[in-house]
Amino acid sequence: MSYVIDRRLNGKNKSTVNRQRFLRRYKSHIKKAVEDAVGRRSITDIEHGESISIPNRDIDEPIFHHGKGGRQTQVHPGNREFASGDRIARPEGGGGGQGGSQAGNSGEGMDEFVFQITQDEFLDFMFEDLALPNLVKRQLTGTDTFKPVRAGISQQGNPSRINIVRSMRAAQARRIALGGGSRKRLREARAELEQLRLDHPDDLSGIQRLQEEISALRNRIERIPFLDTFDLRYNLIVKQPTPSSKAVMFCLMDVSGSMTQATKDLAKRFYILLYLFLRRNYERIDVVFIRHHTSAKEVDEEEFFYSRETGGTIVSSALRLMQQIIEDRYPPGEWNLYCAQASDGDNWNDDSPICRDLLVRQIMPAMQYYCYVEITPREHQTLWHEYEAVAEHFADSFAQQQIVDAGDIYPVFRKLFQKRMAT
Amino acid sequence: MSRTPISTGSEWTFELIREYDQEIGRIAHEVYGLDTYPNQIEVITAEQMMDAYASVGMPLGYHHWSYGKHFLATEKGYRRGHMGLAYEIVINSDPCIAYLMEENTMCMQALVIAHASYGHNSFFKGNYLFRSWTDASAIIDYLVFAKQYISECEERHGIDAVEDLLDSCHALMNYGVDRYKRPYPISAAEERQRQREREEHLQRQVNELWRTIPVNPHYHTEADDAVRYPCEPQENLLYFIEKNAPLLEPWQREVVRIVRKIAQYFYPQRQTQVMNEGWATFWHYTLLNHLYDEGKVTDGFMMEFLQSHTSVVYQPPFDSNWYSGINPYALGFAMMQDIRRICEHPTEEDRRWFPDIAGSDWLETLKFAMRTFKDESFILQYLSPKVIRDFKLFAIVDDEADDHLEVAAIHDDSGYRVVRELLAAQYNLGNREPNIQVWSVDRRGDRSLSLRHQRHQGKPLGESTNEMLRHLHRLWGFDIHLQSLDGNRVISEAHIPPRPEPEEERLPKFDLNIPPI
Repeated sequence: MSYVIDRRLNGKNKSTVNRQRFLRRYKSHIKKAVEDAVGRRSITDIEHGESISIPNRDIDEPIFHHGKGGRQTQVHPGNREFASGDRIARPEGGGGGQGGSQAGNSGEGMDEFVFQITQDEFLDFMFEDLALPNLVKRQLTGTDTFKPVRAGISQQGNPSRINIVRSMRAAQARRIALGGGSRKRLREARAELEQLRLDHPDDLSGIQRLQEEISALRNRIERIPFLDTFDLRYNLIVKQPTPSSKAVMFCLMDVSGSMTQATKDLAKRFYILLYLFLRRNYERIDVVFIRHHTSAKEVDEEEFFYSRETGGTIVSSALRLMQQIIEDRYPPGEWNLYCAQASDGDNWNDDSPICRDLLVRQIMPAMQYYCYVEITPREHQTLWHEYEAVAEHFADSFAQQQIVDAGDIYPVFRKLFQKRMAT
Repeated sequence: MSRTPISTGSEWTFELIREYDQEIGRIAHEVYGLDTYPNQIEVITAEQMMDAYASVGMPLGYHHWSYGKHFLATEKGYRRGHMGLAYEIVINSDPCIAYLMEENTMCMQALVIAHASYGHNSFFKGNYLFRSWTDASAIIDYLVFAKQYISECEERHGIDAVEDLLDSCHALMNYGVDRYKRPYPISAAEERQRQREREEHLQRQVNELWRTIPVNPHYHTEADDAVRYPCEPQENLLYFIEKNAPLLEPWQREVVRIVRKIAQYFYPQRQTQVMNEGWATFWHYTLLNHLYDEGKVTDGFMMEFLQSHTSVVYQPPFDSNWYSGINPYALGFAMMQDIRRICEHPTEEDRRWFPDIAGSDWLETLKFAMRTFKDESFILQYLSPKVIRDFKLFAIVDDEADDHLEVAAIHDDSGYRVVRELLAAQYNLGNREPNIQVWSVDRRGDRSLSLRHQRHQGKPLGESTNEMLRHLHRLWGFDIHLQSLDGNRVISEAHIPPRPEPEEERLPKFDLNIPPI
């Protein structure tokens, strides 16, 4: 009469599609919320999900309903003090009529529909439409990306790849090859038998001998298997390495004494954003961290974000180190080179022209994209002006932006890495 | 009697669920003679329960963002512990599908089995609304068809086009039901075959309606133009749109039809909330008590059961923070219990009020009530003075013209009938939803669609009206006019696209400035 069924092992995410439809529909709201959140969060907290709120009136599903006004009657439970015919002052806000509708209007917008998106979704929204520009140099690295390609026929393979035509053809060939001799002899024997019957119809022993031979031959032919494992042919699929782009990102951070804790924090936030973006969207990308004051040093991720060493400022030291590293490890012919530099713009005065020279003459020609972020609320320093000269030379691959406070980081980041139209 | 309980712990197993189900089923069928569909009891996890929730009680639904919204809301509420999940979801199908949640104790599972698999189930099978409006055996098939059809449409016409159409249809869902005409049973096997024919046929008819080349000029007379189309006002807006909207593609008509059919399927549930829940609650209470009397369950089981039962049927008073209208479980259960009391132990008052049922066989009377009524008529018929007194019901009148609220009636001799009538009216869907009907279509002119709203007790339409008209406009494709009438007097009008205020009418005009004689 009753069936009890255990459905617990059935898929539990029946609503996934509906959920995605919802996210799709309210994409613009979510994006805005994500942008706000990025500005608000602390450095270490950037990788969590986020709760998104959307004003209720935007996601309302309207129906026809009665408005306020007219004559409304309502039955309620729990009467204590009322008697028939009692007159009660209309309660503020909740009641009806004119006053009520106004209260309703001003109350609107307070209610928000709030829900959670996961960390993955958060990052998706955060880095949507961003890309490394000019990612063009593609090289056969021979290791990471493959494309499956048909490569003829093989005798080994898995059943899903059986090539039926070729297998059947092989089977037929084998049947012909194995049965050929017997069949030839069979034809001869039949002819002999025919002849014998005509010529010597009374040679019974001869006829019987031939008949036996014929049936033995028939048996032998029949025993040849129709299809043998030997015949099976499989489509062979081999992995062909495809050209993939190799890219390296140099992160140059100024840690000189003029950089206050706050500026350093901003710089770090910028780099964390960049780092997350690269890790997420480009599986195979090298990141080289360089920090500098008067001298530059290549450091690992940990040291880059957390070391407290400091000193004066010579920007060109970092550029020289970067150039050295490029020469040693990243030949520009194979690698897409990127650089993101962050500084407060303070530099030894006579060093800034050197920086420009270095960039224009040696570094920029090999660079895919170089972005410079100046973190300062003050007037631009010489470095900025020198860099403006660089930007004139390399309009397509050089960009500089200024960050004043935490709220600028994400917009500036988006501006620098906005996906460009393919040209 | 010796007490040999089926189980003593709170853990459930599949064997125990089967055993409880067997016992409860035996009592329901043999002792109380309930008539049910076969049961399909499915054990699911909390996540799956949230999925089931989000699809508003359909075991499988087409995709739409609004279900995603429901899901997110449920998920959030549940994760934060703001809200427990419902103990059960039951689907009006044959076999009747009931979901049990894995987290529940054995006692709760037994309660849900009694409540859903025997209470709701027998209501679905017995009540006249469900019998005449829904076809339990075909609904699952139909939903499968609908889901497939809509995802095919998405593939062919794009998600956005389908989504916009569904938005508009959902908005008008409550106006997609036939209230009086019995629909053909939804039958999925034929549905698939007939769907193509219907597409073509429908389009032909619509074409006929909107053709601009006269068939035979001699037949066309002035009288033709004078005849209003449709000649009777139509209350089923979606049906009217499906059959008459000039610009809809055949697939769009089919989608309108799907939403309409689903609305029709849920229509009885919206009209029998109090009865349905009351009936199911009454039966879980009665069946489990019977089980206890037979010694099949322990005292601890009963304590747990009563604890959740009482919280389900709790009615907070109107001035409580938790008050959100009348609890259908509480009212329904109280009325069902009360009918049994009137039959078994009638008082003098009951004999006066209910001469035909006082002292009769309670089981027969209750079943008759279950089969024959919907919320509105059920309350009008059976709400007794005792229940009114127990709930301390009182009626408030809020009239726009009056600056005070007035207490129209309370639980006293002169008030019983008034309270009863007003409460019944409160459950009348016809009063709850604004009465909006298709009035006319301008067939020869701008193809505009005119609707009329008949005000119920002077109530105007809510602020969503313009939004709603835009949805109608999307479906109809031409101008929409809505007149709001009180009696024969037009109170207000709304137009989509909005009509600019005619400039010159506000200027004084000399030639019109003649006093009427």
